[in-house]
Amino acid sequence: MRVATQPMITFQNVTKSYNEGPAALEDVSFKVNPGEFISLVGRSGAGKSTIAKLLIGEEKPTRGRVFFKDTEVNKISSSELPNFRRHIGIVFQDFRLLPNKTAYENVAFALEVAGRPQREIAELVPQVLDMVGLSEKLQSFPNELSGGEKQRVAIARAMVHRPEVIIADEPTGNLDPFNSWEIISLLQKINSLGTTLILATHDKEVIDSLDKRVITLDRGRLIRDEEKGKYILA
Amino acid sequence: MITIFSRIINYGFTNFWRNGLLSTATVAIMTLSLLVFVGLLLANTITGAMINVIKDKIDISVYFKTDAAEDQILNIKQSLEALPEVKSAEYISADQALQNFKEKHKDDPEVLQSLDELNANPFQASLNVKAQDPNKYAGIAGYLNNADLKQYVDNVSYAKNQTVIDRLVALVASVNRIGLTVTIILSFVAGLVIFNTIRLVIYSNRDEIGIMRAVGASNLLVRGPYFVEAIITGVIASILALLVVFIFFIAIPGFYGGQTYFDLNVPGFNMNQYFYSHLFSLFGWELLFGIGVATISSLIAVRKYLRS
Repeated sequence: MRVATQPMITFQNVTKSYNEGPAALEDVSFKVNPGEFISLVGRSGAGKSTIAKLLIGEEKPTRGRVFFKDTEVNKISSSELPNFRRHIGIVFQDFRLLPNKTAYENVAFALEVAGRPQREIAELVPQVLDMVGLSEKLQSFPNELSGGEKQRVAIARAMVHRPEVIIADEPTGNLDPFNSWEIISLLQKINSLGTTLILATHDKEVIDSLDKRVITLDRGRLIRDEEKGKYILA
Repeated sequence: MITIFSRIINYGFTNFWRNGLLSTATVAIMTLSLLVFVGLLLANTITGAMINVIKDKIDISVYFKTDAAEDQILNIKQSLEALPEVKSAEYISADQALQNFKEKHKDDPEVLQSLDELNANPFQASLNVKAQDPNKYAGIAGYLNNADLKQYVDNVSYAKNQTVIDRLVALVASVNRIGLTVTIILSFVAGLVIFNTIRLVIYSNRDEIGIMRAVGASNLLVRGPYFVEAIITGVIASILALLVVFIFFIAIPGFYGGQTYFDLNVPGFNMNQYFYSHLFSLFGWELLFGIGVATISSLIAVRKYLRS
């Protein structure tokens, strides 16, 4: 059930095209309310990642507007962008951990860049890593962790500064089914604690079992937006 | 702000340490480049010392008529010394000249005997004049040949030495020119090598720069650690380059009693002494060049990945 409050994220007739090629997104509009768990579904190249990039200001829309609450994302100056990104947690398919930092340091980094005091970091980071089940691996470097463990570090990093929204872009793309389920249930747990969650995926089993709102994209167009959606591409 | 800066410094040191192999390679390449740079500084100094030796060999002598009074000659000496072109003027009296001649030929009794038979001092009093700059001899010779001094001056040695002086002047000038050109070109190449090395290091870190930005790191926080790493690399490479110079020019020659391949034997130039008295300025130039090029390279190289 959607609550009629101010939406957290609004896409208004957004079109995004790269150079001369076909549009990656075409006239896409949708809203995400606080606390929602939505899945963006579609084949590779359907525009899921573009939505994530537009949301964190990595790309600017060719036409249309993207809002995070009252803020129009593409109007944020490049010097303000780092600050803005600290309100959003991102989880990538390829984990994107800093290879020269331990699990602890990777998570701490998200707080350090925000200028949070050392004492707070020392307290918060082990808690979050414990929550994702990695309390034993604080001092491990990414190359010493399995794929599932790396993704859990990435999730810990995305949630440690308590963002209002977490965007997970194909978080299970590089994982086996067992690890995929662990990651999805972790994301559900984070959502149940109040964080808005946007999950971009093409994993049919994951979507069908979630029983949450599903936005389906096909070649840059939004073709379906269902409250309790299934994975249907046709 | 203090927290941010201390974190930047901390990241810089940690990255440098954990990127062990890459950092070692960077330091090695930078050390080689700095050796080229220090080598140029030393080569310029040694060439300078050699040129000074040659310059010092050039002088002109003014011979005075035998009837010129010593006071007059000393007056001329003073007026010469007052000229800005003149570095020194040495008075050699007729007696002194005789003395010098006798000293020089003391093992040659025939010469001394014939000198005794003269019963008079055949030598003229003279002034030995050295110019600040070898180019100025023509001017000084002109001054000595002017009408006022004609009554005292018998002849000036410039005319007969002119060709030799001119050649030496040309030689000195071209050595200086070649030295400067080689210094500029090789420094540029050394700088380019450092620039490219740093660029490659940062290229290999481009994904991490993207990650840092995605997590919300400000440009300062992305750039800072690379800047710190560049400084660390510059400092270590400067120390190493100086150490290599010390080993090859001071320690090894010292071990062999100074008589080695590197013993340049330039009069008035002592490598040992020069090294110790210029230790800090050599190190300073290295630091300036090494850190300067490295930090600028890192700023330029990172900027490319901060644009999105």
